[in-house]
Amino acid sequence: MKAPKFSYTRADSVDHALELLDKHGEDARILAGGQSLMPTLNMRLSQPEILIDINRLDDLKGIRMDGDTVCIGALTRHVEVMNSDIVADHLPLIAEAMPHVAHVAVRNRGTIGGSVALADPAAEMPACILALGATLVVQSSSGKREIPAEEFFHGLYETARAENELLVELRIPSQKKENVSVFLELARRHGDFAIVGIAAYGRVLGDTIEDMRLVYFASEDKPTIGENAIAALNGNSWSEDTKEAVTAALENDLEPMANLHGSSAMKLHLQKVLTGRAMDAAVARAGDAA
Amino acid sequence: MGFIHPYERPNSYIGRTLPRSRAMRAVAGRGRYTDDITPPRTLHAAFVRSPYAHAKIVNIDTDAAKAAPGVKMVMTGAELAEMCTGPWVGTLTVFENMKAEPQYPMAVDRACWHGEPVVMVIADTRAQAEDAGELVQVEYDELPVVINKDTALDPDSPVIHANLGDNKAWEHTLGSGDVDKAFAEADHVLEETFYFGRHTAVSLEPRIVLCEYEPGTEQLTIHTSSQCPHMIETVFARTLGVPEHNVRIVAPDVGGSFGLKIHTFGDEVAATAASIKLGRPVKFVADRLESFVSDIHARENRVKAKIGIMNDGTMIAAEIDDLSGVGAYSQYPRTSVFEANQILNISFGPYKHPNYRARAQVVYLNAVPTSQYRAVGHPIGISVGEFMMDWAADVTGLDPFDIRRKNIMEDDSYPRPIGSGIPMKDLSHQACLEKLHGLMDYENLLAEQVELREKGVYRGIGIAGFIKGTAPSPVGYYGAGGARIAAQDACTVKLEPSGGVIVALGVTDQGQGVDTVMEQIAAAAIGCEFDQVRAISGDTDATPYGGGTYASRATAIGGEATYQAALDLRREILHMAGILLQTDAENLDIVDGAVVDAGSSDARIPLSEIGRIGHFQLGELPNDYQPVLSHTRRYRLQDSPYIYTNGIHGAVVEVDVGTGWIKHLKHWVVEDCGRIINLQLADEQIRGGCVQGLGGALYEHCIYDEFGQLQNGTMADYVTPMMTEMPDIQVGHVETPTSESELGAKGAGESGTGAAPGVMMNAVNNAIKPLTDGRVTQQPITPEVVLKALGKI
Amino acid sequence: MSEEMVTVNMTVNGEQVTKTIPVRTHLVDFIRTEVGFTGSHLGCEHGICGACSVRVDGDVVRGCLMLAAQADGCEVLTIEGITDTGEIADLQDKFVERNALQCGFCTPGMLMTAAELLAQKSEMSRADIREFMSGNYCRCTGYHAIVDAIESINNERLKG
Repeated sequence: MKAPKFSYTRADSVDHALELLDKHGEDARILAGGQSLMPTLNMRLSQPEILIDINRLDDLKGIRMDGDTVCIGALTRHVEVMNSDIVADHLPLIAEAMPHVAHVAVRNRGTIGGSVALADPAAEMPACILALGATLVVQSSSGKREIPAEEFFHGLYETARAENELLVELRIPSQKKENVSVFLELARRHGDFAIVGIAAYGRVLGDTIEDMRLVYFASEDKPTIGENAIAALNGNSWSEDTKEAVTAALENDLEPMANLHGSSAMKLHLQKVLTGRAMDAAVARAGDAA
Repeated sequence: MGFIHPYERPNSYIGRTLPRSRAMRAVAGRGRYTDDITPPRTLHAAFVRSPYAHAKIVNIDTDAAKAAPGVKMVMTGAELAEMCTGPWVGTLTVFENMKAEPQYPMAVDRACWHGEPVVMVIADTRAQAEDAGELVQVEYDELPVVINKDTALDPDSPVIHANLGDNKAWEHTLGSGDVDKAFAEADHVLEETFYFGRHTAVSLEPRIVLCEYEPGTEQLTIHTSSQCPHMIETVFARTLGVPEHNVRIVAPDVGGSFGLKIHTFGDEVAATAASIKLGRPVKFVADRLESFVSDIHARENRVKAKIGIMNDGTMIAAEIDDLSGVGAYSQYPRTSVFEANQILNISFGPYKHPNYRARAQVVYLNAVPTSQYRAVGHPIGISVGEFMMDWAADVTGLDPFDIRRKNIMEDDSYPRPIGSGIPMKDLSHQACLEKLHGLMDYENLLAEQVELREKGVYRGIGIAGFIKGTAPSPVGYYGAGGARIAAQDACTVKLEPSGGVIVALGVTDQGQGVDTVMEQIAAAAIGCEFDQVRAISGDTDATPYGGGTYASRATAIGGEATYQAALDLRREILHMAGILLQTDAENLDIVDGAVVDAGSSDARIPLSEIGRIGHFQLGELPNDYQPVLSHTRRYRLQDSPYIYTNGIHGAVVEVDVGTGWIKHLKHWVVEDCGRIINLQLADEQIRGGCVQGLGGALYEHCIYDEFGQLQNGTMADYVTPMMTEMPDIQVGHVETPTSESELGAKGAGESGTGAAPGVMMNAVNNAIKPLTDGRVTQQPITPEVVLKALGKI
Repeated sequence: MSEEMVTVNMTVNGEQVTKTIPVRTHLVDFIRTEVGFTGSHLGCEHGICGACSVRVDGDVVRGCLMLAAQADGCEVLTIEGITDTGEIADLQDKFVERNALQCGFCTPGMLMTAAELLAQKSEMSRADIREFMSGNYCRCTGYHAIVDAIESINNERLKG
């Protein structure tokens, strides 16, 4: 499985990368971590004309605070996110998700921006940043624009990023100290693509779920906010009755894709189970924090 | 002094754990695998493979491909067929009434499975060959697809090979006693149907050949990752019309094999033909994507089982009906019916039931051809038999250990046949069972299980006993059946001038440690130091003709040949020493590399002196004495069709009854492989085999759609066990030497794989028992399967 | 499209290397065929099996998922390189002693990943070790012996 022929250019600046994107459009692919792109090339599933290697664009790396917002450069490697004190302190949801992201060698190269821009339905980062209400910053030769996560993920490998735009930064509001977050996923083997998953973030007071955002991923074609489930959840105390109502409502939020890993019915069942376990954990964590 | 077997001596190398020299190279990155060897001007092969499960090949246009950069040759199946002496027909005469369609190494008129090679491209680099492959235009006319074994024999099913009349490859029934009468008399008759998913070996190093044909001398050398170099020599010579004695096969380091690499493949023949045609080295590596659609598959079976039991737990009758879904052709030369045959032979094998009937039907499907893969049929038969025993335990209120105690053959009751008529001897079911019971601390496990259930935690405890056929004899299958596959094996043991010993083996090493085991046997038998002995294997120019490694035969058969050859050398050395020391050979012994006075450790002549004199200083010996210092012995089974072994697995799992996920907490194996040569190597074979078996039990499945397209042919989608999910595995042994040989060693390599699926299925069912009448009766046991059994979806 | 070539410069196992290659060449093919170190292996070429694990600028990576061109200017170490430095000589000896390998094909990748584990210098349970090593496929050993070997050396190093 040797890759097909392609042209290769290493961008020496963000502007250079944007110029190349303008010039080549859909014939170009951005080469960041390469952990998703290279397999498709080796398997000849994609045949781009030109690869634009952005790995040397140090401007796009790094994690810093901007007021209450955590700013993560798109080219920041997963391993840096995983080892970051800022992320541990301010984005515990992401910190909890990171060990599930593939394996050591993949995390050493793969980037958070690459994961978000690809928008694989089973990826962890898109779900987390949606749960946390992040903003994606994309840039083209016409300038930057900011896209809320709620508007970024359109479908299977489809995002709001235009062909000539480069994702440059993720801006994620610090998790509030009084809130809790829970990340759960199910995969056959550690590090595999998830089969189902939930990223939850919000406020729990005692055993009352005041204001939780539930994001479901892997079973759907994009990370999906469970609006109906949330409506049945928020404002109620967590109990067997609430769980029943929430999981019933969830049926109106999700349309799990049947595939090699399981039927639609199984995935729906699993997302319900994860919802129950996530809220159990949320209540327990709120209790611990109090 | 009477002959003392070397393994009876104190501190014998036989029974010791010693490190492997191949391991020392491998940890430094100095393994030498076939792809590491690239002679000058090597060309590379890539294949255009059928995207359809069944299609007529209407036209092939190779013009654009031939003109592509770096391309030296493009060959179609028809052109390749002209270079071959004839098609392969995968039958053996021992399988009466077997039907097989002749098969060409690349498809000629029809492609019969998704992935069958159709056109070969030879280019300077693999990348260029693949580029050119994309330019080959093949016009196909799709034909009806047969992919469902349950309907393949229906009268209105399409027939894959019109010449055969139907899709049946073979049908066979065997048994003993009168099952129908027994079922009528039984207190309970239990029936169930089981499904086993197709899967494949996924050796980390894929299949590979490096073919070098020398046109002037008509000599062919192939480096290949094969377990059976001599068989490759014979098959490839005959298929391509090269004189067999001109063919040299070298298997250097082999990166995993598991039975996959005992087989012959059309794409490898094609690459060899390319070398013959071009007179240049040609290398073909089956990359991972093509491995999934060209490596042999195995294990696709539906089994109906029925047992008759009495209230006291005695099983009086057992019956199975197996439907085996193979591929589009019967794999040459070992056939695709072996797996079904083994299922008939070994199901319920540990037990005394006097009545047994077993039928197998083997049907062709438009899928990758299947054949022997580690533990051949045993995982299926053992899973079925052991599930039924646990069910019998439920029905009669007996503990799973107790019901087996009641039904297993007693250790002192041999020789005796099992239900299929195969004679058993030297087994130890009782000893193994009791040892397992102790190792598992079974009573504590049961108590824990009860305690945890009250907290809503569902643990399952499973056990699975087995017999395993190892080390086949020439009677019954290969030799007798007409296949040119050696069931004997050979070893040449030589004393070198400086006192070192070379052991040239017909068996081969793929990392399990065959070389080291033979070195230990030879060193023990001769009386020299382990470090003085070096094994040579895998090169047909340097080793006596043998069968290679398959069916766990290397130590049992190769080991006996090595043992006897080494004893012959020992005798000659003592004879020569006797002449030199002017005493009787009986008064001498060899210890730690020197000839000594028997009974003392006074060294009289070091082996280095024997070597020097024997090779160079012949004047010291009488004129009429010609030292040989090189001895070859062959060995094959004389009494039994196989050397059967036995053992029993135990497992404890925790089933998440909300999600269907299974956590495998601990695994035990107690097995009897007869005389153990290297304990660590035996243990590690068992461990590796277990995890491979667990792969099939929990994860692995070649998933075909209704069009015969393999859906999950990548390592992301075809799920194999990785480190996090696998348990620690405790291994124990009982040693009952086989009476088939002097050394007494049996085979060990497949005992882990054979029963791991059965013990997992039993453990899972044991876990969910309190919650549901539903049972898991299929493999792989995915979360979906568990949830369905629990009634959750 | 014609074959685009690129000239790459890197250090491989301490040796400066300059080669002109097709740009589509991945790092492990480069190391194996252009530089001649065959210790790194290819098992899948789609980033799952870990047989290709090599170290680039201090981090273990999947060599099949990196273009050689991307390693331009980098320091690359393979199993041969770290054997020469003796960095994991104790682990390599333990692998042999414990027979934590059989066919040896996964072993270089296992050792490269295990080297990164040991470099963390932290206490690890068997479960932690299994999780860290979860991206390296082995078909022969069943993993138990590998966990034994790594656990033993990690504990030894933390003590000593």
